Order: sequence, then C-alpha cells, then structure tokens
Amino acid sequence: MKAIDRSVVFLCGAATVLILVMLAVILGNITFHGVERLSAEFLTQPPRQGMTAGGIFPAIYGTVLLVLLMSIAAVPFGVIVAIYFAEYAKRESRFYRWTRMAVNNLAGVPSIVFGLFGLGFFVHGIGKALDQGIYDGRLMLGQPSILWAAMTMAVLTLPVVIITVEETMRAVPREYREASLALGATRLQTILRVVLPQSWSGVMTGAILAVSRGAGEVARVLFTGAAYFLPRLPTRANDQFMQLGYHIWVLATQSPDVEATKPILYSTVLVLLALTFLLNVTAMVIRKRMRTWAAR
Amino acid sequence: MRSSPVASELLRIPDATHRYRKRRQFLDKMAEVLILCFASIAMAIILLIFVYVGREALPLFWETNDGANISSSFAPPVVWQPVSTNPRYNVIPLVLGTLKVTLIAMLFATPLALGAALYTSEFAPVRIREWIKPAIELLAGIPSVVMGFFALIVLASWLQAQLGLSFRLNALNAGIALALAIIPIIYTVSEDALNAVPQHYREASLALGASKVQTAVRVVFPAAMPGIGAAMILGFGRAIGETMIVLMASGGAAIVSLSPFDSTRTMSATIAAELGEVVFGGGHYRILFFIGSLLFVITSLLNWIGDRYNRRMRLKLFGAE
Repeated sequence: MKAIDRSVVFLCGAATVLILVMLAVILGNITFHGVERLSAEFLTQPPRQGMTAGGIFPAIYGTVLLVLLMSIAAVPFGVIVAIYFAEYAKRESRFYRWTRMAVNNLAGVPSIVFGLFGLGFFVHGIGKALDQGIYDGRLMLGQPSILWAAMTMAVLTLPVVIITVEETMRAVPREYREASLALGATRLQTILRVVLPQSWSGVMTGAILAVSRGAGEVARVLFTGAAYFLPRLPTRANDQFMQLGYHIWVLATQSPDVEATKPILYSTVLVLLALTFLLNVTAMVIRKRMRTWAAR
Repeated sequence: MRSSPVASELLRIPDATHRYRKRRQFLDKMAEVLILCFASIAMAIILLIFVYVGREALPLFWETNDGANISSSFAPPVVWQPVSTNPRYNVIPLVLGTLKVTLIAMLFATPLALGAALYTSEFAPVRIREWIKPAIELLAGIPSVVMGFFALIVLASWLQAQLGLSFRLNALNAGIALALAIIPIIYTVSEDALNAVPQHYREASLALGASKVQTAVRVVFPAAMPGIGAAMILGFGRAIGETMIVLMASGGAAIVSLSPFDSTRTMSATIAAELGEVVFGGGHYRILFFIGSLLFVITSLLNWIGDRYNRRMRLKLFGAE
C-alpha cells in the first residue's frame, strides 16, 4: 500500500473516530453531571424555589400527555396514507408523484415554521372558528393549548410514520396478497387481514420514532401551548402544559440564578436523553428483527 | 307437496352470497375513496402550511404597520431593531447571520461526514461498520435542545478558554453545535449513495489494477456524486432551519459582521425569541411570519433540488428510479 493510500484511509478513519468521540463526550458529560441530582424525588416532585429545587414531574407528565395525544392523531392517519403508497398508488400517476413529493417535503420543513403554522392554522384558524361557532365567541380553544401543540406535532411526525409503515408493507411478500385475492377476498379484506397484521412491527417502529422525536422537540411547542411554569397539571384539552424540552430551554436561558439551576438542568437533560435513546434503540431493535424476518 | 328445507336453503345461498359480495365490493370502493381522501389531505397539508404562514405576512405588501412593510425589510439602514421608539425591521442582518452560521456548520460537517461515509462503505471491516452506523444514528437522535444546551454550557466555555475569545456565545460555537446536528443527515444520505454504486464498478476498477483507495476515490465517489450532492443540500437545508441550537448558542446579536467570533442572530432564532412578545397582527408580528415564509420557501427549494439529485443518481446507475 502506498503512503498516499494509507493517509486517505487514515484521514477517513480519523473523521469517523472524531465524530464518535464527540458523541461520547456529549453523552459522557451529560451522564456524569446528570446522575448527581437524579433521584425518585426528582422524578415525582414539581419544581420549587424558582426552579432551583424540587423535581420535574409536571414536565414529564406534560411530555407523556403530549406524545400520547400526538400519536392518537398521527399514527392512524399515517398508516392510512402508507396504505395508499404501498397498496393503491400507481407509480406513474401524477397524483402519486405529488403526494410523494409533499410528504418528502413535509419532512424537511424547519420546525420553527411548523410552530408558526400551528399558531396560524390551529390556534388562530380552527381554534378561533370553533370558539365563534360553538362557544359564542368565548375564548376556549382559540388559545395555545396542549391539544393544538399535539396536533402541530402530529403534522410533523406524519412523514416518519408514513415512511416506516410503507417500508414494512412493501416487505410483505407479493404471494401473500395473491393467495388472499385468489381465495376470493376483496382488496380491502386483503389489506386489513393479511398485509396489515404482517406490518405491525412497522407501525410500532413508526409510532416509537414519532414519540422520540416529539418528546424533545421545542420549537414547535414554543407558541402552541408550552408554559414556563404551571402550578397544576393539565386536565383539559385547552390547558397549557410543561414539557421536558421546553423546560430545558427555560432552565438554561431564563433562569435568574444559572449556577443554582445547573445540577437540575443537567439531570433534566439526562432524563430527556435517556428517554429518547431508549425509544430509538427499541425502534432500531424492532427494525432489525423485521429485516431478518423479511430476508428469511 | 312440502318443499324440503335443504332445497330452499340451496336456492337461497346464491342470493345471499350475491348480496354479500355486493356489500363487500361497495365497502371496498368506499375504502379506496377514503384512502385517496387521506392521501390528498397529506398533500394539502404542505399547501396549508404555506397558505397559513404566508397569509399572516401578506398584508405587508400593501400596508405599512408600525413602520413595517415589504420594502422596509430590505431598505437601508441595515439594522434589525424591532423594539424601540423608532423600530427598524431590516432582515438582511438576520439573513447574513443565518448564512454565516450555516456555512461554518457545513465547513465542519462536510469533511467529517463524507470521510466517515467513505470509511464505513469502502474501508471499514464489516464488524466495525455494524457499530458505526447505529452510533451515528444515536447522534441523530439527540434532541436539538440538548445539543443547544451542550453548546451553551460546555462547548462555549471550552472554546473561549482555548481561543481566548471575548464573547462566550458566537457564530463559531453555534456553527460547531449545528455541525453535530447535521453530520448524521449528510453521513446517512451519502453513505446510502456510496452503497448504491453497483459492485461491478469496484470489481472492474480493481481488475484493472487500481488499489482499493484509488477505486474508492476515483470510481465509487464520482459515481455517487449526485447522491453526495443531495446529502450536502439536505444538510444545508436542515442547518438553515434549525432553531433551538442557534437560539441557545449563537449569542443573538443582530449585527452585520463577517467574523465567526462575533455574537450572531439567525432568522429562525429571531422568530423563536420574539414571537412570544409581539402584538397579534402588528407589524413586527407580520415581519416574523414573513421571515418564516422565507425559511419555508428556501428549505422547500433545497429539499426539492436534493430529491432531484438523488433521483438523477439512481437514473444514472440503474437506468430507473
């Protein structure tokens, strides 16, 4: 091997190692400082004394509620669109090309633009209209709330769900569909009873990936319903809520005493990171199982 | 004579089956229509985003509101001073700030991500490869607010100590954190592109006596070039729109400066920082939605071009998409 060859391989290897080292530094630093304050009390208590003491329970609660509401909206919708892409779409049709382009584009829209859309469409558009129509103009739904934040989040996670589910549906062997149709089942019966049951892993992966993205997202809930601090937990659809990612941002940039909040901040970051990593790794494992199953 | 129940049963079954089939076929048709409706909604969402973000900015074109209209956002003086007795809404400092931070991020991310992609797809042993890819996927899983936090608390202090900077938070700090966020995108897309290059390209090159490195650099890399271009464009698009990292790590001063060591404010960070405090429907509010529309148009364009490049590569390599 010539010297120049060796140096190319070395440089490429070094780039890889550098990326991995940076990942390790981030994870190591956060874990090292984060475990200090981590305790059962931290996970179950609300913040106290201007966020310099207590825990983050309301933020965890708000996050879970948010991603639940989001999944209820995004997963069924995403699955139906995925059924269109995998089962009904004619590849050469213009409608297919446009929907495909729209979904791809949706994945690339900046999160802050989604935030603006959520405010303009859900809060000021639909919310205000519902207030006029149902509540005689009283301010009920025409304000930022957990419902609209979840809807905004659902729009964002839609492409993730669609692409993952479609991928698994395409992996279901053609013979399964043919066998079902040959037995006299209609197309819908084939999809509901044969293709969909075989694609559950894809639906699961899509939902998990969507949740992991939703949990840490801040820019989108900034104007659509996240709150700095709330004395009580959200109970109705038009309540505001606290969220882990937003809480981190608040603690890091709006705190009156940065040094005092730092340990809490680190632990909050660790909780969020652990949550997203757990979800991502689960999705990865399911996906890997699915691939080996499809290859069999 | 009494007809036997068996016979009547025999007569009835075809009828029932017929009705059953009719109903099934009707349901089938309904389901198809419904599914098409949902697909149309998915397509409509992207239009809705444009309409609802653009709608709030549109009045700027024909009216002046708190001294804000469409020409004031580009006319001199080049200052962004939305909160003052004489507010000035010139978006050029924000556009420049965005470009500066994005370019710094690309400068860091591109060589690292492409080097890693080349290493994983061409040089690394299979067992190591299987570890690198999930690790970089984990990097992609780090929420941007966590990356922003890391840049704000740890990276900024380290950079300041190493380089002796006068400002803790600056464009360089944000750029490096942003690079970490876009490395996974550039890496994944370009690694896919390198992997998509057919094996016989490599075999032909090796058979002609080229070394493994020569093959990688002169044959595989050029063949995957459109895909790599797409990777860079997609990374660029993501960097332009990224909000939380720059909001937390760049310092936030809307000044015109080319120095990477100055505090910087980007378009996305401006929206995030200021929309909470503006009057609904006022000039400042409209300008922020105008910036949002700009971001939407720019990123959509970049995504579209990236998609095109990717498709072109598949066309070139396989003669089909």
